[in-house]
Amino acid sequence: MTSDTAKAPEDGTTRRSMISARELTKTFGQGETAVTALDNVDIDIRENEFFTLLGPSGCGKTTLLRLIAGFELPTSGLIQLDGQDITALPPHVRPVNTVFQNYALFPHMTVSENIGFGLKMLGKSSGEIEARVKQMLSLVQLEAMANRRTDQLSGGQQQRVALARALAPAPKVLLLDEPLAALDLKLRKNMQIELKSLQAETGITFIFVTHDQEEALTMSDRIAVMRDGQILQIGTPKEIYDKPTHRFVADFIGDINILEAQVEGTEGDQTRVRLKDGTTMLARSTGADTQGHCAVALRPESIRVAQAGDTPALTGQLENLVYMGSAHNLHLRLGSGEELVVRHGGSTEGLDLSPGAQIGVVIAPGGARVLA
Amino acid sequence: MTDTSLTLAEQESRRRRRQTRRALLAPALIIILAISIMPLGITALYSFLTPGTYGGVIWEFTPDAYVQFLFERDIFDGTLQFNDSYLTIYMRSIGLAFGATIGALLIGFPTAYFIATKPREQRNFWLFLITLPFWTNLLIRTYAMLLILRDEGLINLSLMGVGVIERPLSILYTDTAVFIGLIYTYLPFMVLPLYASLEKLDFRLVEAGYDLYANRFRVLRHIIAPIAKPGIIAGCILVFIPGLGAYITPALLGGGKKLMIGNMIAIQFGSSRNWPFGSAAALILMALVVIALLIYARSVSKGARAHG
Ligand SMILES: Nc1ncnc2c1ncn2[C@@H]1O[C@H](COP(=O)(O)OP(=O)(O)OP(=O)(O)O)[C@@H](O)[C@H]1O
Ligand SMILES: [Mg+2]
Repeated sequence: MTSDTAKAPEDGTTRRSMISARELTKTFGQGETAVTALDNVDIDIRENEFFTLLGPSGCGKTTLLRLIAGFELPTSGLIQLDGQDITALPPHVRPVNTVFQNYALFPHMTVSENIGFGLKMLGKSSGEIEARVKQMLSLVQLEAMANRRTDQLSGGQQQRVALARALAPAPKVLLLDEPLAALDLKLRKNMQIELKSLQAETGITFIFVTHDQEEALTMSDRIAVMRDGQILQIGTPKEIYDKPTHRFVADFIGDINILEAQVEGTEGDQTRVRLKDGTTMLARSTGADTQGHCAVALRPESIRVAQAGDTPALTGQLENLVYMGSAHNLHLRLGSGEELVVRHGGSTEGLDLSPGAQIGVVIAPGGARVLA
Repeated sequence: MTDTSLTLAEQESRRRRRQTRRALLAPALIIILAISIMPLGITALYSFLTPGTYGGVIWEFTPDAYVQFLFERDIFDGTLQFNDSYLTIYMRSIGLAFGATIGALLIGFPTAYFIATKPREQRNFWLFLITLPFWTNLLIRTYAMLLILRDEGLINLSLMGVGVIERPLSILYTDTAVFIGLIYTYLPFMVLPLYASLEKLDFRLVEAGYDLYANRFRVLRHIIAPIAKPGIIAGCILVFIPGLGAYITPALLGGGKKLMIGNMIAIQFGSSRNWPFGSAAALILMALVVIALLIYARSVSKGARAHG
């Protein structure tokens, strides 16, 4: 991978596509009050993939899942599941199961009956159902709870029942709509690991919705970042983090400095840009529109404080020093008035960190990126 | 020492609290006694007395009223002969009330579901429509039903107008008329408890059902119906029991020819002047209802235990 603009997946595989959506649009309501929840979305989710939809509240993540599950019909566009057009199929014939955010466990059934429900509806024999339920119970470690009623379970246990219930019929695709949102932090971390290993064990395609970027980065094979009903970027966590193609994506994932700039010209795969304070620098092109006005993105960890002998790329006045445990965050005010956050990992000895000190910074090679 | 005295003081205060509780409960107990237990006691007592010639009772104890329910005394030799005419009225009444309950359930369930799935702000309007009939006297509503059902009524005229039938269907004064009238009268008692339980239904459970390969019918059967079961039972009880004892509907729409239990009992206290038999008939009706409820309650608790 030498070129940032290449579209091929980083792992080099070309696995079969499990879910494909083409020009998918969903509008709620009519006339002036109409809301376009999904706007012309194209997406390909591969077989055996842990795929995450990430985006702020109201960007259309749930709507996309509901269209795949069949609870809503698209206003236009089409959806294919494993090569078959499922756009108009009702939910009960789609080999897709959902883990609902509130779990939606059947209150009048035991844990076992909940887990076996899908198989029963598929007309499996009672022996087969029993064996499969047992297998699912051990998969989510709830053997002891088989005959409990669901309201006698803790939140984490209910979560696992919901998971087992959705996995029991061995769907081709499992949809998870913020399944961990209701859990406390510690339980959530555990469930993240469990979910990830369950996905690997079962080989089922998971489509996971979250608005927690850290969760998305740690769990996913690939991530789609959404905003206002559109998909801005699809890529591996590393691609999304290191090579955002869109200012919104860069801003949404992790800490980043975004500086306004003007394109001066291209030099190879680099672009020369002029910042507002007049300094020019080279930044990596991203293939996005880089005519005229643009932005330069700098991760705090790809900038360091200039040592003696370095030529600083940028200089700013120290406004704030925030201790982060393993590092310090230096908040600098640039000549343009913009703020620049630098992560300084080493010792602060020999540095003048008094308020108002002028501090120069060096940018790691390839650390600056041009965004539209 | 201090321990025992403390306990004594505590006992004293508990005793006083118990007394207060009894005093507070007294009005409720007196009302329950006066309006439900006493009349029941009087009815039970009368059922074992001898009928007076001009109504009322003569204070001579006899089980005759209960014997009369199943047997007829031969006028000539005084032997008892089996007589099923009262039993027939009971069976007819149970059949009609049961049919009306099923009918009300079949109409009431979709109605309640329809209202429960409306946006919250529209629901009160629909509920208002359901309760609207209560604003008019039942007698007047039943007369209105009579006008609709008769040979020159709305149903027959419109069916003939469309050309579906040539001669009017004679609905009035048949079991069908009573059946329709019972459903009409008691439908709100079915819809309201059904609505109360469907309104609480989490519709995400319905989606979960569809998601797990259940079609509409199976979602209804395996998810909605079990969760709405308390409402279904309450509605059925509220229709069946008053339906069984209905008086006005069979009297007007059945034309007095087709008796139900309520009419039969009324006749005993009126023209037949046989108060003890009327009382016995009323108690037998009540016993049947209580037995039915007990059987039901037992089957439910057994089911719950099997699940538990
Ligand atoms: N049934 C509906 N009727 C009208 N508008 C809707 C409906 N469902 C969703 N919307 C609108 O569509 C847009 C996308 O909603 P959606 O639920 O998909 O967002 P989301 O990304 O899941 O957000 P969140 O993170 O808050 O769950 C929102 O503006 C929402 O108000
Ligand atoms: Mg959502």
